[in-house]
Amino acid sequence: MGSPIRVLIAKPGLDGHDRGAKVVAIALKEAGMEVIYTGLRQSVEQITSAALQEDVQVIGLSILSGAHMPITKKLMKMMKEEGLDEAMVLIGGNIPRNDVKKLKALGVREVFPTGSKFDDIVKFIQSNIPN
Amino acid sequence: MVVSKVREMKKKVELPDVVLESGIKVKPIYGPEDVKDIDFEKDIGQPGEYPFTRGIHKYMYRFRPFTMRQYSGFATAKETNKRFKYLIKQGQTGLNVAFDLPTQCGLDSDDPLAEGEVGRVGMAIDTLKDMEDAFKGIPIDKIGTSLTINSMAPIMLAMYMTVAEKQGVPANEVRGTLQNDILKEYIGRGTWVFPVEPSIKLIGDTIEYCSKHAPKYYPVSVCGYHIRESGANPVQEIAYAFLIAKAYIQHVLDRGLDVDDFVPRFSFNFDIHGNLFEQIAKFRAARRLWAKIVKEDLGAKNPKSMQMKMIAGGGGGGLTIEQPENNIVRGAYYALISALSGTQTMALCSYDEAYTIPSEKAAVISLRTMQILLDEMGLQDTVDPMAGSYYIESLTCELEKLICEMMDKVEKKGGIVKAVSDGYIQSEVARQAFLLEKGIQEGKIIKVGVNKYREEEEEREIEFHDYKAEKAEKQIKRLNKVKKERDDSKVSKALKALKKAAEAGDNMMDTVIDAVRAYATVGEITATMKEVYGEFKEPVRL
Repeated sequence: MGSPIRVLIAKPGLDGHDRGAKVVAIALKEAGMEVIYTGLRQSVEQITSAALQEDVQVIGLSILSGAHMPITKKLMKMMKEEGLDEAMVLIGGNIPRNDVKKLKALGVREVFPTGSKFDDIVKFIQSNIPN
Repeated sequence: MVVSKVREMKKKVELPDVVLESGIKVKPIYGPEDVKDIDFEKDIGQPGEYPFTRGIHKYMYRFRPFTMRQYSGFATAKETNKRFKYLIKQGQTGLNVAFDLPTQCGLDSDDPLAEGEVGRVGMAIDTLKDMEDAFKGIPIDKIGTSLTINSMAPIMLAMYMTVAEKQGVPANEVRGTLQNDILKEYIGRGTWVFPVEPSIKLIGDTIEYCSKHAPKYYPVSVCGYHIRESGANPVQEIAYAFLIAKAYIQHVLDRGLDVDDFVPRFSFNFDIHGNLFEQIAKFRAARRLWAKIVKEDLGAKNPKSMQMKMIAGGGGGGLTIEQPENNIVRGAYYALISALSGTQTMALCSYDEAYTIPSEKAAVISLRTMQILLDEMGLQDTVDPMAGSYYIESLTCELEKLICEMMDKVEKKGGIVKAVSDGYIQSEVARQAFLLEKGIQEGKIIKVGVNKYREEEEEREIEFHDYKAEKAEKQIKRLNKVKKERDDSKVSKALKALKKAAEAGDNMMDTVIDAVRAYATVGEITATMKEVYGEFKEPVRL
């Protein structure tokens, strides 16, 4: 076993409903991961720089407002520019099924819509991050 | 004798333990010994009399039914106006206004941070012009309007009062409620702008203004609702809301106002979901405890100050995306709880809101649910029909005790303002939300259709308000038109006066009203206040 997996949970946009973000952050922490939560109203720039600074392997975005497509596009582009391509991007929140494929095409590794099980998220991260 | 017999029987059968969300263990049978310490006159009393356990009015719904209110707000002021008129025609007696996120966060529609959010979750208000359009042809003196707004409450109140004035309705005739509860925004919902201290000061300004000019208006609605929707249990919901209300009241008392001058216009917004009996007892306990707090701790003399007025609504947190028609049934039970709890105003969420923006049909079903209770089910006939039930009265006492203990716990940590500023309350609520979610995922807490009686069903597509970029563009065009037509020298003069008032620590309402009248934008007014107050820095702890 190496050092704990480092995860950034981020809440982009103006939406202030952070219950899901916080609950998943706690669940990942309980599973032994190192979790950093950004707080509300984070711009893509702020999220990217936090990910760089905290040297995370996973970035989890929580989006409930419906603005997941434009935000994700912008984030993936900026991550590439900053050489962050290796970090795994996951998205949680209110995501219509039709958009899941589109998000994956942008490079998002997995989408965990509202109601996803903690265990599934934890297992996905653990089995996809090399130790 | 009966009780001892039952006890004997219980020894023979193994009954599963039942523990409520608040931690209370429920006995299978309650009897006289569970209420033997209750002094009927002192602890329960008569409806309309201290300590108001049974309700704040003598005849409650027999005299006047609860107000029925639905949350509504559409992209533009004009669409909102149309929906308002429709709801009034359907028999709705109060309006509830939703604003879009940029408005709630003090951003104009043309702000880069507002991109993609203009008109999305409610109406966009940039200037007084938008508020004028929203209430065109709606008699402000006849309809009570609830404005769901917090950090921007002074600005929206100023606009609403100005529109009333333009309609010829004097401020002292305006009825309505401002949500105006910033402390809960830091705990859940998150539309804060300014730091904690100046935000509480602004609430004080609106309370002072209303107590002098708009005595029929409720300037603050303290929201346990959002705290519970963020994950708090029923005890935390009431305890935190009461501590928050006390913090606002203390601030205004420090200005030299008398408690009876403004506390009668305080109201609360609470959440309903979960165990039916626990909810009813929660409200009865809260009413009794609030009366004691206001009388004994705050020294009120006027019984109206001691009455806990509330809007109680079925919360989205109890609804499920699975088998959504079940939410119609849940909504009916929430409404029943609300009526059995003596609420003044009832709001129900719509059965489809777990996955989409409520349809008109769903909104009408919610309204009919409340009307059926009143007109068919006899909920209007007699006051507090649950009173005297061994179980309910015993639960009411236990909950009151637990709420007091929870309040003491926060006071010992330095009080609610500190506990919110340093993120303690937020982390307590998040932890509770985690435990609840874990309980559901492990099947220990049952949600019908989710972790029990689940059916194979076609996956429901999540729908959002159709976001139309052209509507946002239209709103920006309107904003630009207002900006072009207004007298800029008046605006800059008003903003200068506003800044001066903020620096001097004056009551901001007069200068905000002047700025609003000059058609200064929400963004301009907010930016001016930020120069003096600064911005809130979120304490993040898990």
